[in-house]
Amino acid sequence: MVGLFAQYEEGPFFDEMFAAGGGVRSHYQRLYNRFTEMSAEDVRRKHLVAERAFLTQGVTFTVYNDQEGTERIFPFDLIPRIIPAAEWELIERGLTQRITALNLFLRDIYHEQKIIADKVIPAEIVRSAVHFRPEMVGFSVPKDVYIHICGTDLVRDGEGRYLVLEDNGRCPSGASYLLQNRQAMKRVFPNLFARYLVRPVDTYSSDLLDLLRHVAPAGVNDPAVVLLTPGIYNSAYFEHSFLARSMGIEIVVGADLVVQDDRVWMKTTSGLKRVDVIYRRIDDDFLDPKVFRKESVLGVPGIVDVYRKGHVSLANAIGTGVADDKVVYYFVPAMIRYYLGQDPILPNVETYLTYFDKDRAYVLEHLDQLVVKSANESGGYGMLMGPQASAEERERFAKALRQNPRNYVAQPVVSLSRAPSMCEGRIEGRHIDLRPYILYGDKISIVPGGLTRVALRKGSLVVNSSQGGGSKDTWVLHE
Amino acid sequence: MLSRVADALYWLSRYVERAENNARMLDVNVQLMPDAQMLNHVNIHQHWESIISSLEDTKLFEGLYTGISGEAVVDFVSFERRNHNSIYSCFTHARENARTVREQISTEMWEQLNRMFLRFRSGEAEGLFRSSSYDFFKWVVEGCQLFNGTTDATMSHDEGWDFIQAGKFLERADRTSRILDIKYHILLPSGERVGGNVDLIQWMAVLKSCSALEPYRRHYRDLVAPWKVAEFLIKDQNFPRSIWFCVDRLDQSLHRITGIDRADHLYKVEAERLSGKLLADLSFITIGDVLQTGLHEYLDTIQLRLGEISHAIYKGFCEWLETPAASSAADAA
Repeated sequence: MVGLFAQYEEGPFFDEMFAAGGGVRSHYQRLYNRFTEMSAEDVRRKHLVAERAFLTQGVTFTVYNDQEGTERIFPFDLIPRIIPAAEWELIERGLTQRITALNLFLRDIYHEQKIIADKVIPAEIVRSAVHFRPEMVGFSVPKDVYIHICGTDLVRDGEGRYLVLEDNGRCPSGASYLLQNRQAMKRVFPNLFARYLVRPVDTYSSDLLDLLRHVAPAGVNDPAVVLLTPGIYNSAYFEHSFLARSMGIEIVVGADLVVQDDRVWMKTTSGLKRVDVIYRRIDDDFLDPKVFRKESVLGVPGIVDVYRKGHVSLANAIGTGVADDKVVYYFVPAMIRYYLGQDPILPNVETYLTYFDKDRAYVLEHLDQLVVKSANESGGYGMLMGPQASAEERERFAKALRQNPRNYVAQPVVSLSRAPSMCEGRIEGRHIDLRPYILYGDKISIVPGGLTRVALRKGSLVVNSSQGGGSKDTWVLHE
Repeated sequence: MLSRVADALYWLSRYVERAENNARMLDVNVQLMPDAQMLNHVNIHQHWESIISSLEDTKLFEGLYTGISGEAVVDFVSFERRNHNSIYSCFTHARENARTVREQISTEMWEQLNRMFLRFRSGEAEGLFRSSSYDFFKWVVEGCQLFNGTTDATMSHDEGWDFIQAGKFLERADRTSRILDIKYHILLPSGERVGGNVDLIQWMAVLKSCSALEPYRRHYRDLVAPWKVAEFLIKDQNFPRSIWFCVDRLDQSLHRITGIDRADHLYKVEAERLSGKLLADLSFITIGDVLQTGLHEYLDTIQLRLGEISHAIYKGFCEWLETPAASSAADAA
């Protein structure tokens, strides 16, 4: 290896660019050549161009508890991740299968609960899921679609197999970064980009709008669609605003909406105007102080009642969070077999449920080798990295999971694949994951690629932006 | 459009205009200082005091600074973050408002505001000021004009744009009246007579603050005379910073928003009625009447009436922002 790659080490991981032994994988060859032509200074300059564009355009996320300048840019890595067509085809089939099953599961548990009666998943697991909404039992959502927008996190193990790490069926974020990363790459590497046949991602916004219009209440021909945001202090506000802008719809906060006469209205300069579809980026808990958290000031009092009467549609539906529960995740392969009669195309990461006595005993014995996760936390919080944790931390988790076995799962440490990334003027391998975005309207569509998140800290396996993660553009090739 | 959005567009535009006018005013006054070398210490003091009092910020200023001086006033009006109306604060507010309506304005408008704000935040703006106050004020004024030009050239001229125009012209009318009023607060040094050299320099400074010296000269082809300056800045129908011109554009925008034809002399909301009435008054009053009332008193009334219009704009287009949904928010807070 030469140039910026001179000191590159693949390490004992699956490397996206280099096959074992150091040969460049064929789909990365052009990219490799291009980067070996450049000096560290060239790369630094290109990186500055990209970062400046992000900052001026306000492509930022909000950091809490940071007085001065609450906005940061999401660190962007210049070296894209490339997915060959055949690999993508597998991912696409796998995700389509998975979301179909998850959606059938939600339909089922909010209606007949056959999957419980057939003993595929214990009733207690479903009913004790934090985000299970008894209020929604018996209610039929428009067109039977619950998860309209899903972000499913994929990782690759030591052999390069794609595994599902978790599903985000509530308000997954990050799609705007995927769109912005692509723009930045086109600007910074126009020629390289042109030489690869990369599948475009720009239809995401129009696909999303089509989907939102599709789920409008019956009888509404030209629905008024809005995006409901918690407001400018939300960490994902840039994304909310970006998506609303690219769909040409209003972005509203709770205070812009009001419920009257069984309808939801927005307050405009010429009085109240009816709203038919709400792409809400607010969790169930905050949606309606009359039904969920009483103290919520972000939501709209009475909106759930209008929803239940079918006069306004919400995407995603209320109650999808039960599918995000990491204990429920354990059962997704079983759901796929149960509802579809198929074997899962994309396997789960091997998972132990401390809810089961046998698994719990195993987990307690092997805490120093496992990752323990709480069922309902995200963003890299509420987890124990067994091998790195202190004896004290392990003891704390051992106690917690004995006390509340329903609330934990454990997994072996997956040695996430690594991709070459720019680190202080050199190229080094860093761990990555992939979050594709699945849209479920009258059909299921997945924007080619997704958001590749990268753990920029050396050795780190945590890709979350709150913990030193960045992102890369993701190129899915035509062939 | 959403009431909240209309309100934010209106205010972001007012803040940009306010920043620009602050810079204009300070620039001319800083430049005036060398000419005023003949003024003694007391006069210089009064000179700066007049600026603070025309901004109605005397109390806040006195709370923050120990004595009045050119440096203190410039710092207070340019960089002081505790001054809600300083140039820095104006950009902060304008940008915050823009951030809540990011999708309603063009990318170029946002970028321009964000750039101005970031240069203040990084200290770059203050550095520029230290090396050349002239360059700093020029940069602020040009930055605001770039924003206005960008707004005209990249944003659809629809309802949102009209709220931006309404904010801009209402603020500009108010600021022009304040700049003109500064002259009332500055006393002439003893021994100087009205119409004398110093008096003239001060009137010219007023015109320069509004970029009006050259248009004034073209219009009157005459020496600078106090009552003509007042007449020009109050009543001229072609100069884009005169009060008449600003109120006329404000009235136009309000009528476009409601869809009421101005030619019919009708109105739909109170704000239109008030702006129409003010415009009529400005059209038919003579400068003789103004001077008889007293220039300062007259300008005071104008500021008051502009305030009423601003309030009526909120009542007419945004009042329901405080209806049911928001009340539960208030309870919890």
